[in-house]
Amino acid sequence: MPARACPQSLCAVLLFLALAGGVPLTAQAGRGEDGILRILYWQAPSILNPYLSGGTKDIEAASLVLEPLARFDETGRIVPWLAETVPTQENGGINADRTRITWRLRDGLKWSDGSPVTAEDIRFTWRYCTAEGGGCAQAEKFAGVADVSVVDPRTVTVIFDAPRPYPYGPFVGAAAPILQKAQFTGCLGPRAPGCTEANFAPVGTGPFTVAEFRPNDVVRYLANPHYREPAKPAFGEAVLKGGGGAAAAARAVLETGEFDYAWNLQLAPDVLGAMAASGRGRLVSAFGTMVERIVINFTDPDPALGDARSTRAHPHPVLSDRRVRRALSMAIDRAILTEIGYGRAGRVTCNLVPAPEIYASDSNRACREQDLAGAAALLEKAGWTDSDGDGTRERNGRELRLTFQTSTNAVRQDFQAVIKQWWRTIGVETDLRNIDASVFFGSDPGSPDTFQKFFADVQMFAGTFDGTDPQAYLANWTCDEAPQPGNQWQGSNIGRWCDPEYDALVAEMAGTARIEERAALARRLNDMIVQDHAVLPLVDRGRVSAVAADLGGVRLNTWDSELWNIADWHRTGE
Amino acid sequence: MTEPAAPGRNRALLRRFTRHRGAVAGAAVFLAIVAAVWLGPFLWRVDPAAIDILARNRGPAPAHPLGTDQLGRDMLARLLAGGRISVAVGLAAMALSLGLGGLVGLLAGWVRWLDGGLMRLTDLFLSLPLLPLLLVMVMLFRESLAAAFGPQTGIFLLIVFAIGITSWMPTARLVRAAVLEIRERDFILAAHAAGTAHVAMVTRHILPNVMSPVLVSATLGIANAIVTESALSFLGLGFPPDFPTWGRLLSDATVYLQTHPGRVIWPGAAISLTVLAINYTGDGLRDALDTRHRMTGPSRI
Repeated sequence: MPARACPQSLCAVLLFLALAGGVPLTAQAGRGEDGILRILYWQAPSILNPYLSGGTKDIEAASLVLEPLARFDETGRIVPWLAETVPTQENGGINADRTRITWRLRDGLKWSDGSPVTAEDIRFTWRYCTAEGGGCAQAEKFAGVADVSVVDPRTVTVIFDAPRPYPYGPFVGAAAPILQKAQFTGCLGPRAPGCTEANFAPVGTGPFTVAEFRPNDVVRYLANPHYREPAKPAFGEAVLKGGGGAAAAARAVLETGEFDYAWNLQLAPDVLGAMAASGRGRLVSAFGTMVERIVINFTDPDPALGDARSTRAHPHPVLSDRRVRRALSMAIDRAILTEIGYGRAGRVTCNLVPAPEIYASDSNRACREQDLAGAAALLEKAGWTDSDGDGTRERNGRELRLTFQTSTNAVRQDFQAVIKQWWRTIGVETDLRNIDASVFFGSDPGSPDTFQKFFADVQMFAGTFDGTDPQAYLANWTCDEAPQPGNQWQGSNIGRWCDPEYDALVAEMAGTARIEERAALARRLNDMIVQDHAVLPLVDRGRVSAVAADLGGVRLNTWDSELWNIADWHRTGE
Repeated sequence: MTEPAAPGRNRALLRRFTRHRGAVAGAAVFLAIVAAVWLGPFLWRVDPAAIDILARNRGPAPAHPLGTDQLGRDMLARLLAGGRISVAVGLAAMALSLGLGGLVGLLAGWVRWLDGGLMRLTDLFLSLPLLPLLLVMVMLFRESLAAAFGPQTGIFLLIVFAIGITSWMPTARLVRAAVLEIRERDFILAAHAAGTAHVAMVTRHILPNVMSPVLVSATLGIANAIVTESALSFLGLGFPPDFPTWGRLLSDATVYLQTHPGRVIWPGAAISLTVLAINYTGDGLRDALDTRHRMTGPSRI
């Protein structure tokens, strides 16, 4: 064998040395060495400025570029991002009466154009979002902020107008990142939406910069040359493509390998499982606060009422009775729903606030068991009897017949069919409706089919909240939040449930600082809604995303942008 | 000068029709499908909406000849129930569009001063984009109809009406052309001379002679209505989601295309087969009825 350059044993030793002492074979090679990263969001981003859009797709697409001072990691813990540390009362970052929080930027931070990041940029971001006539979508993050004062070029103090038990609203999380003052300075107030160039390609501090953006189609990013960690990101280019549907997105990662990452795949578990079996990719799931629920309408949606339809002027003739609502809840087998619709990506829940653990109530476990006999008995007691023997109960000549609507989605239609069958066994007849998701969630005050107008008796959708603090979320069920003609049908109290005692407790929570007391209040608020059966929680939904087999570093985060740690993503060489 | 006596004419028509093999096969298949969806649910007495959580995604077996879907509902029962609705929608919408188209065509052809206006109206309807119009109609009228007739009858009427009102135009044009041609014939002149009244003229002389284009467009209309209903259901805008129609079954099954192809194939095949069978029948009818075609076609030899 003339071609042999070294004896076998020597070769082995050389190889070993190369492996052990030489360059690492995979990962952390250097910035841009892993080529192109292809991400698929089946809802396409339309703008890259999170302050001008409430859409998750836009906020997450912007999160590659724009970064906050601190954000939540995959466990829901708050971690410093552009700030050196997270201010607490212990480290002196928050003052004694909790009206001031002081943030200090990391040393040497630069924008992607090479200029330094300063405290002025932070102050400007607050001014940008609170400017008159700007229509800032994240205004509630800055609610109660009296001033943001610049202490020195790296330090700012956020001053609240009242003690703030939870001061991590402004500049925390993907929805409230720092904007560059130099770029947005001419875009305050009413001029904000007109600054197309800035809104489509913001200068940021994140691992990527925008190279090309076609709204509602595709974003092309390049690695940020001034990113603070020299060897990151591993990818030199990232492409975020939008459009299509969840099934096509899952297929593109799991079966054809055209993309590396696909987001938010609400598909039946057997469909996803079959796709994942081909081995090109894997599914990742994580639980957050998203709960699939049935909302009960407390107002009468009868079309004969005209403009007074679904308003508080007319309480719902059937569902105002708690016993009926309770019977509807008891007839549902949540374990079966979870198995059919979500598999491992779902958990049975009886709470509106399923997480973080400290806020999750433990006193509603009874709903986990289906009780058809008990539900039927309860309806009987409420005066609903099947006097004509047609299988549907009546009372005073009115049939117990409900309209049940939701958005068009295969899993939701399956849920509708199964729940209809259960309700039928207890003598409740259901008419099903499904509405295209873009109309149903479209918030168009002119459309009769939005979930806010709620021209039906019950409806099903999922809801969640930002970050880890449920106060703002629980405040959604106060009386004033009900959508009605007076507020153009905007508002979050979809079922128009109203309990003055609840409103008082929400106000109490807003003034409570100690975390244990806040948690106790949150659990009590949750119990009030759930035990009055104003909302019937069904499934605690995990987020499911698909990741290509050779993509490493993904830590699915349900508390922040899914792309929060994209700087760490890399090829594993498998 | 006058037409041959009816019985003899019908027999000749039947003979010519049966000579077209595709048409005979098509008619047989269509009748078989109608019989199956009409009588099937009486023979196969499984509730198409009954959910059996424990028997999800089963393959074909004696208990479920076509297997079960993702909620354990029997596919055969759903296919039969779905066919009932799809075929009923097809027939009813066809009848409506035929009646409307026939009337407009007849009036335009017979009453000279109505011709211009009615034909422009036809052009107007032809230029309307069909699907957006249907969507708007469904959105506007669904609730009031559901309140008046119940959700299922209401949406049935709405869909039949929507399809009928948007598909009468070709029939109207065909009928008008036929009427214009016939009114110049000698036997009409003779009937005029004999003092026949207008109404009798239309019912006795015109209508029997325009049956050929009407029948052909009727068959095509059924196929068209079934496909439109399927498209609406596929878009999630047709019947309520728990109401199986062929289009709905197809739309529900698309995500299972790879794992359970049968669920797509059966309703898909049912739609295709029905439409194909009807088209063949229409083809045969046209050949049998069309005199000019008869003169030049191969059946002449």
